Amino acid sequence: MSLARRIIPCLDTDGARVVKGVNFVNLRDAGDPAALAARYNIEGADELVVLDIAASRDHRPTFLETIRRVAAELAIPLTAGGGVATVDEGRAILRAGADKLTVNTAAIRDPALLTVLAAEFGSQAVVLAIDAKRVGDRWEAFVRGGSVATGIDAVAWAHQGVERGAGEILITSMDKDGTRSGFDCALTAAISRAVSVPVIASGGADTPETFLEVFCEGCADAALAASIFHDSIQGLGALKRYLGDHGVSVRQTG
Amino acid sequence: MNVGLIEYGAGNLPSVERALARLGVESLRASSPDALKGCDALILPGVGHFGALMRSLGERSLVEPLQRVVSSGTPLLGICLGLQAMFTSSDEAPGDAGLSIFSQKVSALPPADRLPHMGWNQLRRVRPSKLLEGVPPDSYFYFAHSYAALDAGDAGVAYCDHCAPFVAILEHGNVFATQFHPEKSGPVGARILTNFLQQASLPLPGPQAAGREADENR
Repeated sequence: MSLARRIIPCLDTDGARVVKGVNFVNLRDAGDPAALAARYNIEGADELVVLDIAASRDHRPTFLETIRRVAAELAIPLTAGGGVATVDEGRAILRAGADKLTVNTAAIRDPALLTVLAAEFGSQAVVLAIDAKRVGDRWEAFVRGGSVATGIDAVAWAHQGVERGAGEILITSMDKDGTRSGFDCALTAAISRAVSVPVIASGGADTPETFLEVFCEGCADAALAASIFHDSIQGLGALKRYLGDHGVSVRQTG
Repeated sequence: MNVGLIEYGAGNLPSVERALARLGVESLRASSPDALKGCDALILPGVGHFGALMRSLGERSLVEPLQRVVSSGTPLLGICLGLQAMFTSSDEAPGDAGLSIFSQKVSALPPADRLPHMGWNQLRRVRPSKLLEGVPPDSYFYFAHSYAALDAGDAGVAYCDHCAPFVAILEHGNVFATQFHPEKSGPVGARILTNFLQQASLPLPGPQAAGREADENR
């Protein structure tokens, strides 16, 4: 009996629709978020993440409506975020039906935001999302959807973020994102060693073997993926059966 | 049957509402002492901070009325922080008194493993449980917390192990509580809610020992 490793499908949205693309270019429609949420809820997802990658103020009411529609389909936890910079924005996302919110750019600009959010909603509701890229012999945190370098060491930032109040780290490898070449196990393991909270690995998901690697070598508590699930390249049930057969504690469904 | 969700600003109230709606059960939000009295069953949802929850209940003058309706036999289900609120106090807010339905206290989980305890875990059943009727023994439930009741005497019917053994399900007369979130625990969570509502629809057996404990503690 032990805490199961989580498999988390991620819906990147433009506020209203699930989109796919690299660095905000060539975005193409990948479906209705509520319909995908309903599917993953039944297929055995352990949690769902829905992000507003446009994160423009104009689209925010649309995104909140999307959260409401997605939450209505779920009997599993929901994490939502994209451009959250204030307590009020965080509250709106949680009130719309999310259990946890992600913060990224605004927390780097003002790390005290993590403390304020944790005091208001509890650490368990505050997920620090970090987009990291290999630069020399370390990983650097990037902001604004991975377009702006910060010069900040991603591992040190994860550690500081947890001290400030983050209850979970969502670490995305920009080097691996969209490549389907496996998770960045070295990055994930470095983050895992640096923090006491659960770590969600993101970027590079492909075969069941890549999930096994990130749980064993990367010490991830959860693994996140988007297109391999949206495009039905990998089924959730088959993935979990594979992991269970290889000694990983997972929640089997159906 | 009137199922009341105790409203004090808890973030997960709509999630519980939706979970009940999926079962075909319409609930109402109870935010005043009078509203509590009209309910056949009550659910105390909760996420966040022990002190904030108790202060919110206090500001709405709900603490004593809640203790009273529970000691008169109304079935109550506490969820997550709602379970913790049933104890006398918590390490999370040393100065704030809980509902004191149970005489023990809530502790910070020792940092022997990753905290918060976040995700799906299994239960260890130690006593017969009404909430777990029909639930397969290896089922997983969704947890998200850093504090827990390490002991609840005979009321602790199922435990979970993360950092330390802690109470996952409490049952004592008309008082029920789960440290996990049934509303977020898929089909088995729905079964837990159904089992609770079934308790609520049974003829009331009269004042319960759990209620008397609350009276003694006041």
